[in-house]
Amino acid sequence: MKHPCRFFPIFVLFLLLIGGVIISGCTTTSPSQPVNQTEPKPKLLLATTTSLYDTGLLNYLEPKFEAKYNVDLLITSQGTGKAIELAKKGDADVLLVHSPSQELAFVNQGSGINRRTFAYNYFIIVGPPEDPAGIKGMSPEDAFKKILAQGKSGNSTVIFVSRGDGSGTHTAEQKIWTNAKFNYTQDIQKSGKWYVESGKGMGETLQVASEKGAYTLTDEGTFLAYAGKLNVVPVISEGSSLLNLYSAITVYNEKQPVERIAMANNFINFLISNETMTDIANYGKEKYGKGLFIPMTSGMPYGVTADFTTPATAIRP
Amino acid sequence: MEEIISGFIQAFQLIVSLNPELLEVTALSLFISLSATAIAALIAIPLGGVIHFREFAGKRVLITIIQTLYSVPTVIIGLLVFLIISRSGPFGFLGLLFTPGGMIIGQTVLIMPIMIGLTITALSGIDRNIRDTLISLGATELQSIARIVQEAQFAILGAVILGFGRAISEVGVAMMIGGNIRGETRVLTTSIALETGMGNFGLSIALGIVLLAIALVVVLIMNLITSGALADSDKILGGPRA
Repeated sequence: MKHPCRFFPIFVLFLLLIGGVIISGCTTTSPSQPVNQTEPKPKLLLATTTSLYDTGLLNYLEPKFEAKYNVDLLITSQGTGKAIELAKKGDADVLLVHSPSQELAFVNQGSGINRRTFAYNYFIIVGPPEDPAGIKGMSPEDAFKKILAQGKSGNSTVIFVSRGDGSGTHTAEQKIWTNAKFNYTQDIQKSGKWYVESGKGMGETLQVASEKGAYTLTDEGTFLAYAGKLNVVPVISEGSSLLNLYSAITVYNEKQPVERIAMANNFINFLISNETMTDIANYGKEKYGKGLFIPMTSGMPYGVTADFTTPATAIRP
Repeated sequence: MEEIISGFIQAFQLIVSLNPELLEVTALSLFISLSATAIAALIAIPLGGVIHFREFAGKRVLITIIQTLYSVPTVIIGLLVFLIISRSGPFGFLGLLFTPGGMIIGQTVLIMPIMIGLTITALSGIDRNIRDTLISLGATELQSIARIVQEAQFAILGAVILGFGRAISEVGVAMMIGGNIRGETRVLTTSIALETGMGNFGLSIALGIVLLAIALVVVLIMNLITSGALADSDKILGGPRA
């Protein structure tokens, strides 16, 4: 008796899998590329921080840049540290972060060129409405001193939540501790239950602070995006160490193709153009009542000098 | 609590309205995970067969290592593959980082241990007497291996379904290799991670429901066709259930 194929079910399974792959593959043609396009658009990979990306500003600017330069802008946001690492490895073409000390180190080691600080806003210290540490209206450094004193003395209602992840926000927090004459690793980290390191992004860290009734340092954009969902309120909004500066840097290394460097320069020039600066100034006004960012063209913050007008043209350090 | 209810409502709205961004993300999730499952199955099932049927020194050690690898964190696989396909890595010239192709490779590597190990387990479940009977009836080694794999095919199908489940639900590889780039490498799981990080819990739950619905459809199709075909092939072969 002749036996037909014994593997009939397994063959059907494979046909199904392949069929599923083909069908789902065909439906994933990117909407930005027309089907009859023969020449694929050049790509530009931008690495940025979560707090900047989550405000939605980059998604807003992306189509404008893509239309002007006929390029496919790919944006990945995985945290400041990851963004800088990607840039160092040559996996990103342009870096958009808010950590001046890390940026300067990056540029000084020859990995970045054409750094332009294009916008700023302010960090704020938020905390429980009843303000158990009594820091409202103080300078950031004095407030931190008081939180530390209260927390260490055993006042269990005073807690500070840190990003604890080497992000731009975390770097800014560490700077405040340093300005207040503390050694961050020795005096602050692991000094007690009052200091909580979340190791997470800004949104999630705000949620932790909200749940614990704790203080934390946040950028205003993320805080506004969470309006109505949190139990913490702004407690301190003024102080020079709360300045949050955003910069864009073209990535440079020996293996980086010149076309990518040139396109990254295009992005920076697009960013500092008058038109985009106006868009940045207006971004968020409709939804939040105030703009989330202040472009440098609206006036540099006190004590800051930044180059935001020189076109980016250099292709090597 | 309201987020869970809101999640169900949003899931329904998104699906019914055929939200284009949802469709794009879902199609990409399916494409990547189905591809990884197909490639992994093509390699893992024969490999599992070879490991099971051959005797060699260190076989028990190898199987133990394979089973230990079931527990490897997805982020670690993501990190290892990332280091290999990064522009500064040995295979950087292929330009696979931040592409669906790279994600397929990552997920294939991720689910290989499960598929190989469970194939071996499935084959081990077949009575040794069958193999001896086949050989005594004159089957070649290849013929008897083929027959035993056929006997175990339900359990092996289970391994394939589990592999698919692990692939479509994982975040670590998709995030590290794909980068969650909108319109390019954003899939259901990385979207959920993003929306949760931004506090949009209702939408995150909605996306989770969509993912489970997709998985349900895939699993149902796999089960229905193969059990239906099996019943038919039994009638054709004139087996005991004919």
